[in-house]
Amino acid sequence: MKAKFKKPDSLRDVSTHYCPGCGHGIVHRLVSEVVDELNLRERIVGVAPVGCAVIAYDYWDFDCSEAAHGRALAVATGIKRSRPDLTVFTYQGDGDLASIGLAETVHAANRGENLTCIFMNNAIYGMTGGQMAPTSLTGQKTITTPLGRDPQQGDGFPLKITEMLALLPKVVYAERRCVCSPPEVIKTKKAIKRGFLNQIENKGFSIIEVLSQCPTVWRKTPSESVKWVKEEMAKAFPLGRIK
Amino acid sequence: MKFMKKKKGSTRVLSTGNEAIGTAAIKAGCKFYAGYPITPQNELIAFMAKNMREKGRAFVQAESEVAAINMVFGSSAAGVRAMTSSSSPGISLKQEGISYLAGCQLPALIVNVQRGGPGLGNIGPSQSDYFQAVKGGGHGDYRLIVLAPSSVQECFDFTLLAFDLADKYRNPAMLLLDAFIGQMAEPLVLSGQRIAHGVKKEWALTGAKGRKANVIRSLFLGEGYLEKWNLSLQKKYKEIEKKEKRWETLNCEESEILFVSYGISSRIARGAAKILREQHNINAGLFRPKTLFPYPYKELRQAAREKKAVFVFELSYGQMVEDVRLALEGEAAVHFYGRAGGEVFTPEGIASFVKKKMK
Repeated sequence: MKAKFKKPDSLRDVSTHYCPGCGHGIVHRLVSEVVDELNLRERIVGVAPVGCAVIAYDYWDFDCSEAAHGRALAVATGIKRSRPDLTVFTYQGDGDLASIGLAETVHAANRGENLTCIFMNNAIYGMTGGQMAPTSLTGQKTITTPLGRDPQQGDGFPLKITEMLALLPKVVYAERRCVCSPPEVIKTKKAIKRGFLNQIENKGFSIIEVLSQCPTVWRKTPSESVKWVKEEMAKAFPLGRIK
Repeated sequence: MKFMKKKKGSTRVLSTGNEAIGTAAIKAGCKFYAGYPITPQNELIAFMAKNMREKGRAFVQAESEVAAINMVFGSSAAGVRAMTSSSSPGISLKQEGISYLAGCQLPALIVNVQRGGPGLGNIGPSQSDYFQAVKGGGHGDYRLIVLAPSSVQECFDFTLLAFDLADKYRNPAMLLLDAFIGQMAEPLVLSGQRIAHGVKKEWALTGAKGRKANVIRSLFLGEGYLEKWNLSLQKKYKEIEKKEKRWETLNCEESEILFVSYGISSRIARGAAKILREQHNINAGLFRPKTLFPYPYKELRQAAREKKAVFVFELSYGQMVEDVRLALEGEAAVHFYGRAGGEVFTPEGIASFVKKKMK
């Protein structure tokens, strides 16, 4: 019988450390499927962030580098400028990309680095136990905003970094998706594939933002988390093609 | 850079220290440079902007010092020779990336053209970043290979050497100079010798073709893994200490007293020794470390044997002098004379200090 569904070659046959209901495992798999489909496994380099996906290279079976917190796009710039023949991507969370690494993110995008950036937005610092992220929703309770994120108290507003980056001339592709239902997973995969193809075609900088659920730190069940992405997060961060 | 005359196989030019470093980096096959503007190293970033792109190599004016060092991290991870340059406050910002380079065992060249500190300080020459360069700087137990040129020629020679040593040991190397050495112009002989373009980098991220996937990492979470990795780093540093010490001695056999100084200070100390010999009948020898890590402790101890006194001169309030005291283990009296804050001592100033102490 012909196998209809199998583990991508670019994904190692190991269990991950991710919590039940977390979006990272799904997106790791989508990246691996796209890498396989585009036949990139032998000419791709991934850059892992600091955050829950810090050991993504233990799950992907292709060349990868770590990066200091927030510096993934600077590291990726160094790799890509040195080896333009390789396909290079970063995989970063909201704290990494939109807070401590904001300068690296904006300037890599503004230089129009020919890179693909996969941005996992779960509106929280997951690995450190649930502090407010730059993308936390207004009113969202976190361990550093116990009464809810309050812009009146100086906590700021959810940062729409993808919309901001879309203003830059060499950002050729910016799309926001989520992975809270099978149809959405398929759309996310398409967006990731588009991001890699843009790089292969030397078009410039692509960012794919994925709204991802974090049940453990949100203190929600996986199904409540999926609902929260659809009903709350997607209001502040509308899904769809931004550029 | 002005050309002076041409000889077979070598060319003599007039160059600043900063430009000599750039010239050598091009010659060493440096394929990637990222930097951020800061005085007094601006001649170097300008030189690289012009020359790297002319040669089809990568030059990036980074958005920050932090980004520049992390770009160098990426470039080195991809297996090419990479460098960045800055001056003291900028080097402080780079410490994160330097620690990661060391932790991931990535070769790279970092140039620090030191200026006055602490804080924003000023743009005068200084040697006040010795501790930062030699003893750590960033977090964690690591060492840089630190070379201290005392002339424009050594800026050139040590740049070539630094790239080779960095590749050989998979370790970041630092060129530690100051505004004086970086900005002054001297004759420079561009040697004709072939440069070793590094070693085969089987660990580099080049695409996992025909081999297992490579990972560049300094994160080791399992029990005992990080300790094992750290012990292998320590073993490497011991090997570097054994094999790569470099120093120079001048008139150390005959002298009654010994000067210990590096970089620009050693040039001024030589002037002081001349004054003392010619005008005051005091015979001083000079011990000059060329590598600050590894530090030539044993050789210094040897050179200081039976000297009446040892004098250390630095453009700081006393940093390398601690290593001199460690080397001598109390066997000789150690006198220190230093100026900092962008100010420079003179041969006369040093000579007068020595004369007073020798009374």
